[in-house]
Amino acid sequence: MITDKEKLELVISGVGGQGAILASDIIGKAAVLKGIPIRAAETHGMAQRGGSVVNHIRLGCELGSMIPLHGADVLLALEPAEALRYIDLLSGNGVVIVNTEPVLPVTVTSGGNDYPDVSKIVEVLKSTHKVIAFNASELAIKAGHPQTMNVVMVGAASKYLPVGKDLLIDCIKEMVPPKTVDINVRAFELGREQVPSHNQ
Amino acid sequence: MSTREYMLGNVAIARGIVEGGAQVISGYPGTPSSEIIDTLSRMDDRNFYVEWSVNEKVAMEVAAGAAWTGVRSVVVMKHVGLNVAADPLMTLAYTGVKGGMIIIVADDPSCHSSQNEQDSRKYADFSLVPCLDPSTIQEAKDIIPYAFELSEKFGIPIIFRTTTRISHGKSDVKQGEVFENRPIAHFEKLVDRWVMLPKNARVRHLHLLDIQDSIASELEKSPLNELTINNDPQSKMGIIASGIASVYAKEAILNIELDASFLKIGTYPVPKGLIKKILEHAETVLVIEELEPVVEDRVKIIANEIGSGARIIGKTGDFVPGVGELNVELCEYAIANAFGVTKKSNIADSMVDVADLVNITDIELPLRPPAMCPGCSHRAVYYAMKKVFGNDAVYPSDIGCYTLGVQSGTVETTLCMGSSITLASGIYHAGEPRPICCSIGDSTFFHTGMNGLMNAVYNKANITVTILDNRITAMTGHQPNPGMGKTATGDVTVDISIKKLCLGLGAKFVEVVDAYDYKATEEVFKRAKEYAGTSVVIAEQACVIDARRAGIRLKPYIIDVEKCTGCKQCVKFGCPAIEFDAKSKHAKITALCTGCGVCVHICKFGAISVVEQ
Repeated sequence: MITDKEKLELVISGVGGQGAILASDIIGKAAVLKGIPIRAAETHGMAQRGGSVVNHIRLGCELGSMIPLHGADVLLALEPAEALRYIDLLSGNGVVIVNTEPVLPVTVTSGGNDYPDVSKIVEVLKSTHKVIAFNASELAIKAGHPQTMNVVMVGAASKYLPVGKDLLIDCIKEMVPPKTVDINVRAFELGREQVPSHNQ
Repeated sequence: MSTREYMLGNVAIARGIVEGGAQVISGYPGTPSSEIIDTLSRMDDRNFYVEWSVNEKVAMEVAAGAAWTGVRSVVVMKHVGLNVAADPLMTLAYTGVKGGMIIIVADDPSCHSSQNEQDSRKYADFSLVPCLDPSTIQEAKDIIPYAFELSEKFGIPIIFRTTTRISHGKSDVKQGEVFENRPIAHFEKLVDRWVMLPKNARVRHLHLLDIQDSIASELEKSPLNELTINNDPQSKMGIIASGIASVYAKEAILNIELDASFLKIGTYPVPKGLIKKILEHAETVLVIEELEPVVEDRVKIIANEIGSGARIIGKTGDFVPGVGELNVELCEYAIANAFGVTKKSNIADSMVDVADLVNITDIELPLRPPAMCPGCSHRAVYYAMKKVFGNDAVYPSDIGCYTLGVQSGTVETTLCMGSSITLASGIYHAGEPRPICCSIGDSTFFHTGMNGLMNAVYNKANITVTILDNRITAMTGHQPNPGMGKTATGDVTVDISIKKLCLGLGAKFVEVVDAYDYKATEEVFKRAKEYAGTSVVIAEQACVIDARRAGIRLKPYIIDVEKCTGCKQCVKFGCPAIEFDAKSKHAKITALCTGCGVCVHICKFGAISVVEQ
């Protein structure tokens, strides 16, 4: 029997290449090790070429992999515009954890489109939801490598997950290249510090 | 707890293939099917043969040949690949197989990565080949050994239909035992089975029809089909759902707290007995399935046969959309509307909320379409092509990463694999007076482009064919192809020269150019344009992703702000590494630069140069 404590509906959104799949794999693997059933849906293929990507992760679920509209408890956005793009997946009580470092789409770099002001995006998110916003890309550089931004975000999400910190760290150690273990663990810790501990 | 593993659907399917004891596996890459063979070909200790074939028809025949020797075989493709392999499929249904054979077809409802969203279950109906349609990843893996047994019992191949949400979903998966019985291949010379002369074909067609009833009664008992009759005998509501739609429907029923009889269907032929039972219990039956009304039509026929007066709805009455994938919300809507349930589904509320959100923000989110990578050679070739052929030319194209060049104005057709050269030929022979320059990738050229080139040369089409040779099948996840000198498992093999192939197909103008050498590419295009007849330009350069993995690092480039006039010519090139800084009114090259150096030739002011340190 799945208990309510084991249930969590998580959406990870971002840009192809940011490592959304590794982030969801870390969480998924940890959940399975804890014996929690899990269903997930991922964006592969064409959309990975710098396109917008969204992964659905349903912890404590034995049905389909798609989170219904307004069904998610947490929206983990690796990029600010991609937080707003998928906000309708989040429930009214849900929390948005957002990396404030933008990745400019090709429609902005070489097209005529403008990228909205990040502070404006955060303001809009705050008008409807609880928001935890910080620059995860800077923290990743602080941890030792810009590519660990996804792990910083997993660290931030960890206080909401029905799996313990140690188990997540064990999974990270197993899943990242051996030479980068220390950097990734540091990235996880830096992300985790961003979320007030009463959420634990 | 550790007997369960977190797996991608396609990885689980690959595991099922191993558990089922397959000895020969073939396929052609195509999203969302590619990771199945990727997984098998990367396994360290393999006791099976696995190949990337050059196209789906070839792959189907390789797998059929293997199954004719008595071993178990699998062929893997995406839905549109089955069109290419439809020729062998239709007659393979007549000949049947000796060893078990599974045809894995990955459908893509909503066209996430496809040119159409055709429903492979229609092929099962057309060919009279049974089809299994799993609803979860665990079921998808578990059903493969069963499919082999079924195939061997009736001597017929089995279509295994997966969809994007199975193949690219993830789930905890419990592994099973590996089937250890591995027969020795022996081709038995059965002329009346394997030689489909008309006299043999007529006999085998009758045989195919004869076994349909036995197949149907066998599938009736399959665990893929499951009937739950509602608790309340007064409730006359019935819901039938198939494949992945059945898990969405189940969740919707739970959310609405509806007491309806529920039939989950996962086999074709459909379970007639179970359908009869639900028709006996219900006055209204709602059929929920993605894409075509395959089950729904069948339910109507069965209702007619047994004289049931039940109202059968779904696509009928517009309760369930006939396009795109389904989800829990769409199922809730369909159920609520079909049965006039008063309990509101939460989707209705959320629609309002989304509208409110749009109202309170004046933020317009920029679209984020997939784009060619920084340093992608296709962009450089397209830029030179456009420069030489101009706006007043026709640009048929094909299927691959280069289709993303649609923004650059050099992709004006995409129909199906290998159609660029043939469409170009047709456009030319129709009398289109403008110059015609088409583009096709290396793998697509090997797939079905070669025939088109031979036809173009033979029938004297005055067109330019550009082969974008990035030495890999990139879009589907970097699978090897015949131009690379290595097989699916990384074994060294002959490197098939595209140049020699084109010459062999009769082309007289065949020139090879380095796609990063912008000036040379431009010159080749000029000569190709002038040439009267079919000219072939082969633009070679390794895929940037593959090159990076191989450890190739080129020095990045920088823009000298003193020389930059802010003309935006380089920005228009469309490389994601080049941005325009609105404040300083200068272009800049970001850390994404891979050092292809093509932009140097685009800047008229000499502002772009390599970073020496």
